[in-house]
Amino acid sequence: MTTIANLKDLMTRNLRSSGIVVAFVLIVAFFTALTDGLLLSPRNVSNLTQQYSYILILAIGMVIVIIGGHIDLSVGSVVALTGAVSAVLVIKGGAPWWVGVLAAIATGLLVGVWQGFWVAYVGIPAFIVTLAGMLLFRGLTYIVLDNVSLSPFPGEYSTIAQGFVNGLLGGYGYDTFTLLVFGLAVLGYAVAAYRNRRAKLSYNQDVEAMPLFVVKTVLVAAVVMWFAWQIATYRGLPVVLIILAALILAYSMITKHSIFGRHVYAIGGNLAAAQLSGVRVKRVNFLIFLNMGFLASIAGVVFSARSSSAQPGAGNMFELDAIAACFIGGAAVTGGVGTVVGAMVGGLIMAVMSNGMQLMGVDQSTQQVVKGLVLLLAVGYDIWNKKRSGARTA
Amino acid sequence: MSESTASPAYGDGPILEMRGITKTFPGVKALSDVNLSVDRGEIHAICGENGAGKSTLMKVLSGVHPHGTYDGEIVLDGTPATFRSINDSEARGVVIIHQELALVPYLSIAENIFLGNERRRAGRLVDWNSTNTEAAELLTRVGLAESPTQPVSTLGVGKQQLVEIAKALSKEVRLLILDEPTAALNDQDSEHLLDILRRLREEGVTCIIISHKLGEIAEIADRTTIIRDGQTIETIDMTDPDSTQDRIIRGMVGRSLDNRFPERTSVIGDEVLRVEDWTVHHPTQPGRVVVDKAALSVRAGEVVGIAGLMGAGRTELAMSVFGHSYGRDISGRVFVHGREVSVKDVPSAIDAGIAYVSEDRKQLGLNLIEDVRRNTSAAGLPQLSRAGWVNEHEELRVAEEYRESMGTRTPNVLVPVGKLSGGNQQKVALSKWIYTDPEVLILDEPTRGIDVGAKYEIYTLINKMVADGKAVLVISSELPELLGTCDRIYTLAAGRITGEVDVASATQEGLMSLMTQEADA
Ligand SMILES: Nc1ncnc2c1ncn2[C@@H]1O[C@H](COP(=O)(O)OP(=O)(O)OP(=O)(O)O)[C@@H](O)[C@H]1O
Ligand SMILES: [Mg+2]
Repeated sequence: MTTIANLKDLMTRNLRSSGIVVAFVLIVAFFTALTDGLLLSPRNVSNLTQQYSYILILAIGMVIVIIGGHIDLSVGSVVALTGAVSAVLVIKGGAPWWVGVLAAIATGLLVGVWQGFWVAYVGIPAFIVTLAGMLLFRGLTYIVLDNVSLSPFPGEYSTIAQGFVNGLLGGYGYDTFTLLVFGLAVLGYAVAAYRNRRAKLSYNQDVEAMPLFVVKTVLVAAVVMWFAWQIATYRGLPVVLIILAALILAYSMITKHSIFGRHVYAIGGNLAAAQLSGVRVKRVNFLIFLNMGFLASIAGVVFSARSSSAQPGAGNMFELDAIAACFIGGAAVTGGVGTVVGAMVGGLIMAVMSNGMQLMGVDQSTQQVVKGLVLLLAVGYDIWNKKRSGARTA
Repeated sequence: MSESTASPAYGDGPILEMRGITKTFPGVKALSDVNLSVDRGEIHAICGENGAGKSTLMKVLSGVHPHGTYDGEIVLDGTPATFRSINDSEARGVVIIHQELALVPYLSIAENIFLGNERRRAGRLVDWNSTNTEAAELLTRVGLAESPTQPVSTLGVGKQQLVEIAKALSKEVRLLILDEPTAALNDQDSEHLLDILRRLREEGVTCIIISHKLGEIAEIADRTTIIRDGQTIETIDMTDPDSTQDRIIRGMVGRSLDNRFPERTSVIGDEVLRVEDWTVHHPTQPGRVVVDKAALSVRAGEVVGIAGLMGAGRTELAMSVFGHSYGRDISGRVFVHGREVSVKDVPSAIDAGIAYVSEDRKQLGLNLIEDVRRNTSAAGLPQLSRAGWVNEHEELRVAEEYRESMGTRTPNVLVPVGKLSGGNQQKVALSKWIYTDPEVLILDEPTRGIDVGAKYEIYTLINKMVADGKAVLVISSELPELLGTCDRIYTLAAGRITGEVDVASATQEGLMSLMTQEADA
């Protein structure tokens, strides 16, 4: 292959794998221009992370469900139910904030056990089980709340979603602690990426050319540090961002490097082959739903803390946003494909679009039309891409 | 819609000329400057190693890889062909039957035959009368005595293959392409299929057939084109006395293979696997016994074969021993190294030191969307991990090591397994199980759809396993293969073990008569 062809090949391949990131950048640029920069103002960036964090948390669990070849339609109702349980204890019963949190998590785990049992051990398709769950848990929410909204949560509880870590290490008009945390994260990312590249090289695998690698890493670092600066100059590090970052990190590791994660991909990719390779399919499926219940309860806590209330109708349609985030982020409807990071970028695309349109004063109905179209286009692009790269059937 | 192409005045030059065909995939040049010329009314065979580019060439011809995605030109009946899809090629009478069958299991034979090409009445309604009567006519043409309304799922592979041909005939086929049609068929079904092809030749249908079975090619082909590494080596006239199998092999492999089976001196040790009184029932038809009180044993350093006709229960026996992966109400005992072990599920079977390489690598063996590396490690993750976390560097190293030692042809181990050719997929499936370091390796049709060179490599691997003191159990439909590789052979008929023969005293005829022995009630 000539150098030119080589370069071209590398470029297209890199673009293909990071097409979603490119799309994200374009969307951000687009709305920044249309909102005269309002989108990227420190206040809005900080807001954005808080406002969409629960969708992102749900999307982490959802992408694992989808990789395993399932779907979960019940998460919106579970968000409502866990928030309601917490509210009843904390607001009505006067229990301390952490009792509410633990009770919500316990509820989420119970939901996970319930749905996991039907999917994994009885063998009912997840679509049916979670469709039933969607109705069931919504109904239970109404019962738990006695048909009324409860509010407000005490201050500590709301801090989970509304609070900031600020001034821990001082700083003049900017928060040193935030910058430090982000700085370390960027450093860690760069080192990991470099080591990964070296390892691949030593086994003769294709990697991107060095200049391209450097440019990419520097670009990522710059964007992240810029983001850090925005929130450091606003009110500091949002608590929920810490929770979210910890979850993303943990679940990226689990999906990529743990046996459990591998088994989820194996089941979604070819169930029969996974079974014959010694994967305990039932157990893995059970854990997938147990985990989804857990993350839905975290999202429930964050959501109730953010609105400082529990409402019977809370979390309506959250499942659809979470599912859309996964598919925009490159997960396959048939299972076996997808990444946590992809789902996060997918979720951010949805978030930036909604937020951008809100800032522009676009009405709800138009927003929905646009979001629907973007979902369609994103998946359409993905399929077109696969066809072009000559997906082979025989 | 395919216009009727009844007897137009075509010239009498070759029906097909493919000139200078070059096709690249990212990172792979699958075909480079391939030429193929097929005469009207001949049966033209295409031979080549796994990954040589045979299937790719046929996909280019039939529009699966559309015009514009390859270089070179195709001339059909003297006019250039620029197919953009299968519909285009079918409209001109070119029909391909792929390596994997593409029938819808729950539809009837007739519905499958006319799928996408429905017989209609009153515009948009299906005309069931003509669908079923025409299907019945087509079925007689291919010699299949089944009712057109029967669902395809009730047919064996051999008969399904005939349905595929009937489907092709319904499209007024003039050039029929068959990609390894007999790979999954037993001798009898293969023979029948070849008869049908001969009959089609008399009717004026031109055939291109891809096959790894050289005996079959010698029997049926008028000419054979050999492809190696994406290039045409030569086209051999099969009436030429010089068209020996050795010549074909030399063309395919680039050197001559003196022996089909590598030499091995058996050093037989203690018993590794013993199965006693093994009875398995059908998973959905209660009361039907699929394996009946089978007993067998394999010793260290020994290769033991299981011979049997289709439906004798060979795969069922193997899969039920491998963690009850088949059947229900399973009874009997399994011993490894003299100790009774539980094989109640696959993880326990693996723990006991049993490995099973499936005959159906696409459905049961591999995760096609995942890369070579992860497929290689799929069954051996416990060895690659600590406290539930996989050591990825080690994983990559292992995958590389197996790619090299098995000679798997792939640009690198990060390529999805689905993109490899059939034989190379099989090597990945084998790697996966050899890496679990089993005591006994059960190989179900290990050389199905694999070229002669790769077969030799797989036999060599079997030899290496037993030289390390492991035991190997081979299931195969090809008796010469069993005779060439095994020390001992069990025959299975209707779920019962009907004989146990030492290979020194075994003959094909002897095995055959044991395999067809009626169950003595
Ligand atoms: N869609 C694809 N993407 C990438 N590589 C491909 C694709 N299709 C085929 N190849 C590669 O092209 C080469 C030729 O493959 P092909 O399937 O034509 O082999 P074959 O001769 O039919 O082999 P077999 O006898 O095993 O079926 C192989 O190296 C294969 O990996
Ligand atoms: Mg092929």
